[in-house]
Amino acid sequence: MEELLTEYLPILIFIGIAFVMAIAMVTASLIAGPSNPDPEKTSAYECGFEPFDDSRSKFDVRFYLVAILFIIFDLEVAFLFPWAVSLSGIGLFGFWSMMIFLGVLTIGFVYEWRKGALEWE
Amino acid sequence: MTAIPNLTPAYAEMFLAIAGMALLMVGVFRKSDPIRGVTMLAILAFAVAAVLSISTNGAETVTFNGLFVVNAFTGFAKLLILLGAGLAMLLALPWARNEGVSRYELPVIMVFAVLGMMMMVSANNLLSLYVGLELQSLALYVLAAFNRGNLKATEAGVKYFVLGALASGLLLYGSSLVYGFSGTTSFAGLADALTGAESNAGVIVGIVFVICGFAFKVSAVPFHMWTPDVYEGAPTPVTAFFSVAPKIASLCLFLRILVGPFEDLMDQWRQVLTVICVASMLWGAVAAIAQNNIKRLMAYSSIGHVGYALIGLIAGTQEGARGMIYYMLIYLFMNVGTFAVILSMRVKDRYVESIDDLSGISKTNPAIALALTALMFSMAGIPPLAGFFGKYFVFAAAVNAGLIPLAVIGVLSSVIGAYYYLRLIKIMYFDGSVENFDRPDYSTSLVMGVCALSVVVFIFLPEPLLAGADAAAAALFQG
Amino acid sequence: MIAATLAFYLFSALAIVGALNVIFQRNPVHSVLWLIFTFFNAAGLFVLLGAEFVAMILVIVYVGAVAVLFLFVVMMLDINITMVREGFLKYLPVGLLVGGILLAELITVFAGWVMSDSADVLRAAPAPDPSDIGNTEALGLILYTDYIYVFQAAGIILLVAMIGSIVLTHRTRAGVRKQVIGEQNARRPSDTLEVVKVESGKGLQ
Repeated sequence: MEELLTEYLPILIFIGIAFVMAIAMVTASLIAGPSNPDPEKTSAYECGFEPFDDSRSKFDVRFYLVAILFIIFDLEVAFLFPWAVSLSGIGLFGFWSMMIFLGVLTIGFVYEWRKGALEWE
Repeated sequence: MTAIPNLTPAYAEMFLAIAGMALLMVGVFRKSDPIRGVTMLAILAFAVAAVLSISTNGAETVTFNGLFVVNAFTGFAKLLILLGAGLAMLLALPWARNEGVSRYELPVIMVFAVLGMMMMVSANNLLSLYVGLELQSLALYVLAAFNRGNLKATEAGVKYFVLGALASGLLLYGSSLVYGFSGTTSFAGLADALTGAESNAGVIVGIVFVICGFAFKVSAVPFHMWTPDVYEGAPTPVTAFFSVAPKIASLCLFLRILVGPFEDLMDQWRQVLTVICVASMLWGAVAAIAQNNIKRLMAYSSIGHVGYALIGLIAGTQEGARGMIYYMLIYLFMNVGTFAVILSMRVKDRYVESIDDLSGISKTNPAIALALTALMFSMAGIPPLAGFFGKYFVFAAAVNAGLIPLAVIGVLSSVIGAYYYLRLIKIMYFDGSVENFDRPDYSTSLVMGVCALSVVVFIFLPEPLLAGADAAAAALFQG
Repeated sequence: MIAATLAFYLFSALAIVGALNVIFQRNPVHSVLWLIFTFFNAAGLFVLLGAEFVAMILVIVYVGAVAVLFLFVVMMLDINITMVREGFLKYLPVGLLVGGILLAELITVFAGWVMSDSADVLRAAPAPDPSDIGNTEALGLILYTDYIYVFQAAGIILLVAMIGSIVLTHRTRAGVRKQVIGEQNARRPSDTLEVVKVESGKGLQ
């Protein structure tokens, strides 16, 4: 257990340094950068104009479909990692177990393809 | 290197999984209007799965490293689920044709939902329980919102999904507390760890959370809020499916888990369930009175029926278990039959759902009126119809288990509930006729006729059914 | 192992800060970003528990995919923030009551926590010694064989999720011109091209 955590120590240090540097850069520019706004400076520039309404708009539901299909195949791949590492230990049974799993998802993939869910326009 | 597990007990589930995928492929590769063929094949698949599950229905067998169990009880429960799903599927076909929803995914998703229910019923470990439950829930969320162009259906789907996810979370949280106490998730291991263990707040809170999760799935008060909206919004055949198959599956699993691993804590869970059961019976009876939409009325009616079925569970005896199984069997026929009646309420090619539309149909559509009368009398529990026997067996079990107050409350609430069932009959026979219904479809009439008839002639055939229920209940209590 | 203890408190504190920010941010997109931050800290906690594989999967699946999905959903919903805030004060007392009861229950549960006698032995049984075997490999050795039932069921759940999301959101649009490779390949130069010999000085009509 301790060995395992020691192996992760460099990553912790790396994250710590990255964190400190990011914060340092933001605060340094916040403090050191000159900032004296007046109404003219902050208003829209020349030919620009004030926004008429909220710039937020509804995303098409197709983005969601693509994202969820991505998640499903992402999870499928996540199952492959332990399988690949332990294949020598689990033998043919383990091999075919994964093949059936992949087969089930291939059925889903064929369905998607035929339905045209992967086509954009 | 592990040996391949014994697959024989799980043939029915494996067949259904393969059938579901095959049907998906049939649907996606057929060029024109595949829903008819896919639905018929799905009903056939249910029949084959039923045969397979009967053929494995012998002594208790555990397989898949202790995750999966079959015995007479799971066999009987699976038969009920497949029967309910098959009848609902028969109702779905004419509905889809009339509404112009020719999407073959409906039967395919129903097949996967049934697969999830069968896996739930056969779960022998908290892990496989959860996986089965999620499979059925996920499929049911999709089914609720299946008619996606309809605002109410979408609302039903979202409501069911959000609250269902919350219930799954509660169930998982409870399971993790139970695991924390006992260090195992297998039912046998839990039974060992909990037997004779000193009473402990952690386990009790865990079990209460698990009960809450299940109470949501069977829509018992106070976890019933989603039921009327989902029943109203979902397509009617899907509602028929919702009201039988998932309830039977969840109640059977509820029974298995409470009298199995948690049997030793009966004093604790009995209190919780008694509150849930009494609240469901009373609320189901009282709140239904004010309803004017017949699908909402059926939602409250099903809340009440779940309360009656829970009496058998609370008794915690073999007799109680038998009463509950019996109740679910009768409930299945009454409910599917009523939904067949609702699906034949069509005026000028449009489905109507208001109770007032039934006004005076005894003159215009005497056959439908007669069928609904039989079903409503049975739901109200009037002898000699089937519903009476269902109630009789659970109440008798409660009395024999020393739970006389519970039986008294049950009788009282069924008297209150009788009011709105009889009101429907009054509207049909004594009010002026409004409109003529269209001629019902062939398969809808078939389901309606079979269900109404079996409710009426039930008195002549309880023996073989009782024997089946007896064997199932005995299998539950032999260990 | 003072570093591990310190790291535990750091990750836990940051995870709580992140979780609170998820609820209290006004802008739902910021909430999602804080959620990602919380996921990272949870991954750190998993590493401290020795569950490397789960930690990495948390980063890959939750940070990499689920958070993206959340962002899409948030943007798809086009939430009006002021409208969401309206009911906040009304439901606050009820929410606090439920939360308070839950907290009290949790405190009683963990104050009086007892374990069954066999729990430690049972819990340790499936987990091999981490110094002999890697986390991922230990999982792989039982997931595909001993737990094949749950593994295949997970596959079917993913399949249903796939069918469900297509059923509910996919629609074929009319009037969309798609690439038809067969037609493209079947085209011959003679269908569209004409070679004309133009005499000098005359031009085409």
